[in-house]
Amino acid sequence: MRQFLLFASVIGVGLLFISRLFYLQVFTSNEHNLFEDNAIRKVYDYPKRGFVYDRNGELLVANQPSYDVMVIPREVEPLDTLEFCSLLKIDKAQFIKTYNKAYKYSPRLPSVFVAHLSKEDYAVLQEKMRKFDGFYIQKRSLRKYQTTIGANVLGDIGEVNNRDIRKDSYYKMGDLKGKQGVEAAYEDTLRGVKGIKFIQKDRFNRNIGPYKDGKLDTIPKQGKDITITIDAKLQAYGELLMQNKRGGVIAIEPSTGEILAMVAAPTYDPNILVGRGRSKNFTKLFNDSIAKPLFNRSLQGVYEPGSPFKLMNALIGLQEGVLTPDESVTCYAGYKYGNRFMKCHCYIGKRNNMISGIQESCNAYFATAYRKILDKSGSASEGIDVWSNHAKSFGLGNFLGYDLKVGQKGRIPNRDYYKKIYPRTFYSTYTISNAIGQGEVATTPIQLANMIAAIANRGYYYTPHIIKSIEGETLPEKFTTPKYTTIDKIHFEPVIEGMHQVYKNGTAKWVQVKNIDICGKTGTVENFAIIDSVKTQLTDHSIFVAFAPKYNPKIAIAVFVENGYWGSRFAGKIASLMIEKHIKGKITRTDLERWLLKHGLEKEYAKPYSGKPFNINDKTIVHPVDDFEFERLNKLLQQLHSPKN
Amino acid sequence: MLRQTDKHFKFDWITIILFLLLVAFGYLNILSASHIGSSIDYFDLSQPYGKQLVFIFLTFGLIVLLLAIDAKFYERFSSIIYIVSILALIGLFLFGKNVNGATSWYAIGGMTIQPSEFAKAATALAVAKYISDLNTNINTLNDQIKTFVIIAIPAILVLLQNDTGSTIVYGTFFFVLYREGLPKYYLTIGVSIIIVSILALKFGALITSIIAIILVISFHFLSKKKLRLFQSLFILIAAIGISFGVKFFYQNILQPHQQDRISLWLRLEKDPVKLEQMKKTFAYNLNESEKAIRSGGITGRGFMEGERTTGKFVPEQHTDYIFSTVCEEWGFLGSAFVVILFVLLIIRILHLAEQQKTQFSRVYGYGVASIIFIHFLINIGMVMGLIPTIGIPLPLFSYGGSGLWAFTILLFIFIKLDSNKINEW
Repeated sequence: MRQFLLFASVIGVGLLFISRLFYLQVFTSNEHNLFEDNAIRKVYDYPKRGFVYDRNGELLVANQPSYDVMVIPREVEPLDTLEFCSLLKIDKAQFIKTYNKAYKYSPRLPSVFVAHLSKEDYAVLQEKMRKFDGFYIQKRSLRKYQTTIGANVLGDIGEVNNRDIRKDSYYKMGDLKGKQGVEAAYEDTLRGVKGIKFIQKDRFNRNIGPYKDGKLDTIPKQGKDITITIDAKLQAYGELLMQNKRGGVIAIEPSTGEILAMVAAPTYDPNILVGRGRSKNFTKLFNDSIAKPLFNRSLQGVYEPGSPFKLMNALIGLQEGVLTPDESVTCYAGYKYGNRFMKCHCYIGKRNNMISGIQESCNAYFATAYRKILDKSGSASEGIDVWSNHAKSFGLGNFLGYDLKVGQKGRIPNRDYYKKIYPRTFYSTYTISNAIGQGEVATTPIQLANMIAAIANRGYYYTPHIIKSIEGETLPEKFTTPKYTTIDKIHFEPVIEGMHQVYKNGTAKWVQVKNIDICGKTGTVENFAIIDSVKTQLTDHSIFVAFAPKYNPKIAIAVFVENGYWGSRFAGKIASLMIEKHIKGKITRTDLERWLLKHGLEKEYAKPYSGKPFNINDKTIVHPVDDFEFERLNKLLQQLHSPKN
Repeated sequence: MLRQTDKHFKFDWITIILFLLLVAFGYLNILSASHIGSSIDYFDLSQPYGKQLVFIFLTFGLIVLLLAIDAKFYERFSSIIYIVSILALIGLFLFGKNVNGATSWYAIGGMTIQPSEFAKAATALAVAKYISDLNTNINTLNDQIKTFVIIAIPAILVLLQNDTGSTIVYGTFFFVLYREGLPKYYLTIGVSIIIVSILALKFGALITSIIAIILVISFHFLSKKKLRLFQSLFILIAAIGISFGVKFFYQNILQPHQQDRISLWLRLEKDPVKLEQMKKTFAYNLNESEKAIRSGGITGRGFMEGERTTGKFVPEQHTDYIFSTVCEEWGFLGSAFVVILFVLLIIRILHLAEQQKTQFSRVYGYGVASIIFIHFLINIGMVMGLIPTIGIPLPLFSYGGSGLWAFTILLFIFIKLDSNKINEW
């Protein structure tokens, strides 16, 4: 027996070692991940971010170099913080705070210590950098805007947050990513793919050469340049006209669905979100909960469409065969239903057919039409679903599917929607406000512009989009195939004629433009705000939709001016000028232009916050801006029209 | 004449092949662990891998020499060899060179020689010689003490030179003595002391004492083999004494770095902040070594491709921590292969030892097997964190001329003795 003690011990120890090895190397071994291996330093090579051009080839967004000071907390050695802070222009409290934050993120991985040094600061710092172990400078590329317009279209890039990093492992702390607008929508195209070098470290964190002789290293792939559908001049013009107003303007080319201009007012200069001022300025914009400059009103603003929606009802009426273009309805300066009354500004006894109904925006005509549509089958419950589906075929009541990241569905109600309010009985009169585009109907400016584009095309539209071309790529099919509405082509002519009459003799005759056949429709929309928990009516929104020319339309436009009162007071003027600018390239209605620059609505917007009672609509006057402001805007206007521009 | 030549070449080729495999594989790993950059000059004598190659070449000369010497020489001159090596150890106090806190080297020109490595072989010879003496009876206390003294002299000398690891190696002669008839209670007492000590360190002296009381009382009343009351009482008092004694020894006699190693091994520290700090200080080696082992996975990162090895993350990786290189670059398959090679080598030696016709050869063979075994156990156990950090090399594998030659001498003397067994009657 004695000879077996050592023998058994050897076998036992051998088995113990092999099982321990199995435990360490097979059982609990995690998949080797180069990126988590602290023996390998990862050095990124950032590609050029793609440029953005407008539809005429004008460069809108380029790049500029920027320098970030990075820190790897574990490698930091005691340093002269006073000198370091003064070089970086920060104070010691901030130094400690940033350091702790970086340490909390990871003691081993690099974090941004101070972002976006200017070239001058960089030059000074670079010389002394070797004194500060654990810190290094990472060169990055920032955006350089060649323009001051289009902040809501172009968007901006900003540092990725923890959520971005979790969602997509491509991003590392301190990387930049498109946050809004085109930058966000085409992030993958613009950013390219960063290159990476793997470097073998030793235990003192020194680089000792490329890992596997650089076999795994990749070179950066440049971001692609893109051309967007925006016409920078039209965009600039729209933004200028919308100065001192709030709202959205959106212009679409009906034959392609390309977005020519997308104005959200108020806006800001995109340059303020670049560089070291970014965070401060962004906070300021973000915290402005009254003017909401970051809110893209032309995509996200949900408004009741008002009278422009009457066009929709006319089309549905014709398609359903409950209206003919010539059939007349008598207006009694309003429409009586049950014991209620909907007012209209026609005189008592005026007889309107479809064309004059549109021209005069007669509420009685469209109330009658709406009821006929809903009551066609004898059941308003079925009728409203038919009506709803027709309207939805124009892209209303749902996301349009355009290529920008933000949007709203709007609302086109159907029977299900009303089930909560009217569980049993349901008559067409219950929802009569829908006849004139109020009540439960709600749209965004881009939906309304798209609806007008579909009317201009006589029955189809292309999904609106902002991308015109990407280097070496073709556009997705959804932007190049037409979407047909449920309305037959023949039914559009009377409606378009009505819109034409709006300009010739109707509600928009004061904003005519010579030699252009514009078809339009005004809208004046009641709206309310909750002030001190009391529902208070504010001055109506001024709304206008139009397309031009009548045949072979080049532009379809929707304009919303918040609290601008009647349709042609603000919105109509802006629409006409935009159309003239786009089609003729120069402006003949300089009177309208001057009036718009001269008049703002800031006083109107201040009313609900004044804490005092205030008047609305016909009891208000529109205030001119001060001379200084007018001069400033006028100067911008001259620049815009100058031939070299 | 012809017949005699035949007999001379009856070497055990299995052992020799295992030896060659270990040396060759060891060299590859030393190369990987010590090279810098991508260009390698294999004969660069300023680098460990270059030196090791020279050591290996010289080893072949040494082997020829060892096998050429008559087998009887080793037995006859074992006492002298032992005395010479003791003198060499004593000489260190006068002429020794201090490396890493241990005064274990002679510096001759550019080379250093570590006599403690050779003393192990010498002690094995001396023990074999003494036990195989016809006048020695290991069952008598007198001869036991004399044997212990033979083993203790070199052990104490290396301890005084601050080479604790080598001292522990001498404990392995227990296996030899036990095989040759050392009474069983040595084993019982030895194992009991180890268990009680570990329990006392891990769970505290009080809990260990309580466990001891319960065990002894239940054994006393339930076991068929009746102990007398005073025997049971003596065992109990001894167990309690050891429990508290070990605790006292740990806290007051061990040096701080030794306390740290034991605390790390038994996972005594629970505070996460201190644990984090340990990883940067004395637990750094173990932590990095474990990372390198894990990094290997099943098939390893490939020869010269292990990033933790290339990055020199594990200090002393070409010497005591060489096994972590095997683990990282050759994976589970490679490292298990090395473990199996060692097990096979030791078992082969044991097998041959049992077949020896003289007691001297058998005892010596046992000495060889147990010395290789204790190195294998402590070194690989340490690299994998199963045993507290004790700095001794992995035989035939770790970088170092003294180590390689000492193990070659140890092993090839036995191969020579074994080849001669046919002439013994």
